[in-house]
Amino acid sequence: MKEIVILSGKGGTGKTSIVGSFAALAKRKVLADCDVDAADLHLLLSPSLKQESEFWSGQVACIDEDKCTQCGLCQDLCRFGAIKDFRVDPVSCEGCGFCSHICPVEAITMRENMSGYWFISDTRYGSLVHARLGIAQENSGKLVALVRQHAKQIAEEQSLDYIISDGPPGIGCPVISSLSGASLALLVTEPTLSGIHDLERVLGVCRHFDIPALVCINKYDLNEDNVRRIESYCSTQDVGVASKIPFDNVVTEALVRGVPVVEYTDGRVSQEISTLWQKVSQ
Amino acid sequence: MIISIASGKGGTGKTLVATSLALSMKDADRVQLLDCDVEEPNDHVFLKPAITGSEAVSIAVPKVDEDRCTYCGKCAEVCAYNAIAVLGNHVLIFPQLCHGCGACSYLCPEEAISEESREMGIAEWGQSDGVSFVQGKLTVGEAMAPPIIRRVKEYANNDGTVIIDVPPGTSCPVVEAIKGSDFCILVTEPTPFGLNDLALAVETVRELHIPCGVVLNRTGIGDSKVEEYCQKEDIPILLTIPLDTEIARLYSQGIPLVEGLPQWKNSFLELFNRVKEIVDERNRDTQR
Repeated sequence: MKEIVILSGKGGTGKTSIVGSFAALAKRKVLADCDVDAADLHLLLSPSLKQESEFWSGQVACIDEDKCTQCGLCQDLCRFGAIKDFRVDPVSCEGCGFCSHICPVEAITMRENMSGYWFISDTRYGSLVHARLGIAQENSGKLVALVRQHAKQIAEEQSLDYIISDGPPGIGCPVISSLSGASLALLVTEPTLSGIHDLERVLGVCRHFDIPALVCINKYDLNEDNVRRIESYCSTQDVGVASKIPFDNVVTEALVRGVPVVEYTDGRVSQEISTLWQKVSQ
Repeated sequence: MIISIASGKGGTGKTLVATSLALSMKDADRVQLLDCDVEEPNDHVFLKPAITGSEAVSIAVPKVDEDRCTYCGKCAEVCAYNAIAVLGNHVLIFPQLCHGCGACSYLCPEEAISEESREMGIAEWGQSDGVSFVQGKLTVGEAMAPPIIRRVKEYANNDGTVIIDVPPGTSCPVVEAIKGSDFCILVTEPTPFGLNDLALAVETVRELHIPCGVVLNRTGIGDSKVEEYCQKEDIPILLTIPLDTEIARLYSQGIPLVEGLPQWKNSFLELFNRVKEIVDERNRDTQR
């Protein structure tokens, strides 16, 4: 079984459109949407929900006003500035519990926090594991780990060949959680200076965790000088450029219709994505 | 006044809006740009600031004095992140999991735990053509962005206008970046992805009681559902930017929109004025 995670560093380079097309092209796979903050893959796959589960993670401090003597020790010791005027700001509270341990009158308790939901859905392309982190919640890395764990379980039970994960942007906690232990990272970039800068950082994360990487340049015809920069950078890093996909409005048109672009048209974009899947799946 | 530029979905044009807004206003006001997208900071690509200073951003992680430690296990018991474990006569510390809350060192009955700093990134600052600039950079391989965002925001100069470039998403780094803003500009695109993630971003700013408005980028593609959503939710569309090959080309070369196409400067000044009107009106309402 091969686990392929699609990342980019920079957002909006085309990860989800490519994963949606891989869903249509790949045989014997399970799909995982690891962008739990702003999940979009379901918009291309018309899922029917099979299972919904709550995601309980972390804790939030809660002060019993009747017991509180307003001594202020909790406010002085909290390093996250989460207690002001003897009240807890749940958005700033990181759930460390320090305040609950030091309160001299035991006025502070820690409450479990419901931080979101995760789902298993059926799609015409196979199972999709996805999630929705609650608004302004923490622990996105743990929710990503949960999504991957269930995708892996489905892949093992059904002896599938691939887990295809749509990853989050950035290089922090949820990206590391999406990436660690995967078989391959496909890095989708675009020929802009920002795209190149962000590619360098996300490739650094792949190196740090020793995950093999391949690069795909999306909207390559936007700036061919930058394409050459990316190619020469990749060759110095010994990373293959697997595909160059042209800019084409058909990608947005397919998105508006809620279908993967390879099912919407058989033009150049679709041909390039098909070739890309062949290379990635080898 | 603090204006944050956020989006939910990545790649919608936050950096374009943040840099062009800052450059448009620099003659009228003291303006500062804070790049809080510390995982992938890109404003510097456009502003090319002369960096004049930097500092390491660290958190305090525990260090155990084994001569004093009695292996009682109190530290492991109080750590909410499983960053410290006591196994027989060994204390294991996992610095990557530590949030630096300080509970273990404070609560150790033997005073055997001190703290040492662990670097997770940097904050750096400088000037670019009349714009005061600060950015944070998370070290590659590190997971926690919020401590770096907090540090960058400590440099905010509250006398003038502060523009904050926010990371994509809706979770803790976004909240850390937009917290305390007077207004949040949400940049989106007229596609189903743009709409889905805009709705999540709107929920996030409403949770924090921050007023918001939308900049709709790449109009001319997609559909009209974002406009319908904004009308239904009573969210003003403050500026629209068309899908345009010249704008995309400037962006790809790291040239700010208002430098490459100076006729856009007025649109960004109008954007600022509309934001200011909304904030002023809100402040008058709360004073009444």
